[in-house]
Parts: sequence; structure tokens; C-alpha cells
Amino acid sequence: MGIYWKLIWAYIKIGIFGFGGGYAMLSLVEKIVVSDNAWISEQMFTDIVAISQMTPGPIGINSATYIGFVAPGSVNPALSAPLWGLAGSVLATLAVTVPSFFLVLYCSHFIRKHHESGVIKGIFSGLRPVVVGLIASAAIMLMNAANFNPNDKSWQLAASVIICAAAFCLVYFPIKLRNRVIKTHPILVIILAGITGYLLYGI
Amino acid sequence: MYWQLFVSFLKIGAFTFGGGWAMISIIEREIVERHNWIEKDDFLDLLAIAQSLPGILAVNIATAVGDKLRGMKGGIVAAAGTILPSFLIILAIAGFLTPDMIKNNRVISAIFMGIRPAVVALIIAPVITSARSAGLTWKTVWIPLAVALLISFDLGFVSNPILYIILGGAGGFLCWRIPSRRLNKK
Repeated sequence: MGIYWKLIWAYIKIGIFGFGGGYAMLSLVEKIVVSDNAWISEQMFTDIVAISQMTPGPIGINSATYIGFVAPGSVNPALSAPLWGLAGSVLATLAVTVPSFFLVLYCSHFIRKHHESGVIKGIFSGLRPVVVGLIASAAIMLMNAANFNPNDKSWQLAASVIICAAAFCLVYFPIKLRNRVIKTHPILVIILAGITGYLLYGI
Repeated sequence: MYWQLFVSFLKIGAFTFGGGWAMISIIEREIVERHNWIEKDDFLDLLAIAQSLPGILAVNIATAVGDKLRGMKGGIVAAAGTILPSFLIILAIAGFLTPDMIKNNRVISAIFMGIRPAVVALIIAPVITSARSAGLTWKTVWIPLAVALLISFDLGFVSNPILYIILGGAGGFLCWRIPSRRLNKK
């Protein structure tokens, strides 16, 4: 049962300190869920990010629901039935949303007052560089052998680096086509990478 | 009204991929333009508040809109509508795409081996865009570098992201406070 309290506490922390949007939140999720508690593997965490990108809704909710579902079973095999997973999903999702729900309800007035004094702007001018670092740390933590070279073969590492570089170019640089600028959608990038993976390792 | 509010946010939750800013523009279209529930200026005001608070931006703005229209109950209804679609979809996926299956099914494991390096690229891209919009200068560029490196290495307390969120907020507060004090003295 302890796992449920741990899940709730983990996602309350993620909800309360989740400044700077979904990608910045990933660093917190990775640290708490993967490094500190080992509820899921590095690979599973990366897979959840991919699944979140391909399904509608905020990444914070998606990760809470998925990790809440698998964490009880991974800690205690007796809790691997779907019903225990469902309980974990509900609790983690509530834990990540309820704190900010009450903050929005009861602190709006306070925030509005301090917007005028400029203090909020001041605080966020300090937070903004940190948020850049948070997102970068999530990227650095995921650049590991489990994701790039799980079978310890140098050709696989090379293939992974090429996939990563190509994917980056596709999302970051817009394609110009007949005076129109097209940005590649992340979902398309994931689908292309999945096809590449199937062709390289699945046949 | 509650039902309409719920359905509106249910649609927003079910059809916007990626969350965050992608959702904001659709919420604005649905709430301000389509239903005329809130004036554009009021919406921007709520957005500024939702952004200043921690948590999931789309849920925060849903709560703020629901609360503005119908109080706490409205907030619950709107937040639930936003959360429910992604909750149900992920639950369905988690039910059959288990960690064991991703590991042991030959085809699925091959597909994910291709996807994982691409996911890293999807996170590197916002590092660069956020670094550019943060207006970093030579005086401040060390902050994200130090934060990223200290968090990435597993150094216990020093690698806790929460520490840097608190330090960043406190630092920003002090930088705001000190010059305004000096001005007051003059």
C-alpha cells in the first residue's frame, strides 16, 4: 500500500513545482520516478514521452496516468492486476492536478495584485533561465545507452545518432515548399522513426 | 451550462495534441469566439494567472475559465473535461502496451528502439527555442548550463530539480527587490 502514498507524494511535488510547461516538468518526473524510485526504466520513460506526444492531452496528465498504472505492479507483483493499476492512475492524476486547481481558485486574486507590482515578472525572470536548464537536463538524462545503444553494438549507436539528428532537423528547421513554410509535426517524426526502427531491427 | 462547459473542454482535451500552447489557442477559440462566454481581455487576464501558477497549463486555464463562469463547480467541471480524454486514452494504451510487451514483442521493441533517439531530439528542440526566447545574455547563460549539468549527474541533493526552481524564483525575486529599494531611497 505504501506505493500509493509514494505515488501521491511524488505527483504532488511534480504538480507544485511544475513551472515552465510540459518539457520542463519532464525533468522532475524523470528524477522522481526513474532515478529516485525506479518505478519504471529509462527506456519505459522515453516510451511514455513518445506515447504522450502521439496522444491528445497534456504530457503531465499522460505521464501521471501511465506511470500510476504501472508503478504498483513494478514495486509489488501482487499489485499487478489492472484494478490496482487503475487505482494508481486515478491517484497520480489527481495528485498532479489538485494542488494547482486550488492555487488557481484561491490565489488568482493574490497573483493579479502582484502582477501590477512587477514581482511576478521578477520571479519569472529568474525562473526562465532555470527552465531552459530543466528541459536541457531532461534531454541529457535521456541521452543514455539504454536509449541509444541497448544491445551494445557500434552500428546501432551510429544508427541512433543519425535518427536523433534527422529528427531534430525535421522538427527544428521548417521546410520551404513553393513559398510556403511547413513545420514537421512531432507525431510524423515519431512515426518515421518507428518505421526506421522496424526496418532496422524488426525484420 | 455545466454540461456545455464540460463538453467544450472534453473536446479540447480530446483533440489537441501536445498540450500547453497548442491547447491555449483552441481554448480561446472555443470559449471566446464560439461561445462568447468570456471577453478576450478577461481571457488574457486568466491566461496570465494560469501561467504564473505551477502545474499543467491547460488544466490551470480550464479551472480559471470554469471558476470565472460558475465558481468552484464550474472549475471542477472544466478541469475534469480537459483531463478525462487523455486519462482514458492512456489507460487504454497502458492496459495492453505493458512494459513487458514493449520489451518482449519483437516488432514493438524494434519500433520503440527507433523511436527513442527521436524522442531525445523532440526534447532538444524546445531547449533551443526556450533558450532563445529567455533572452539569455553572457551574464546569464551559465545558469541553464549549470542547472542542466548538476541535475543530469546523480549527485543526490544537488541534483534535485526542485532546488533550482526555488533558487531561480528566489533569485528573480531578489533581483527585482534590490533595484526597486535603491530607487525608493533616492
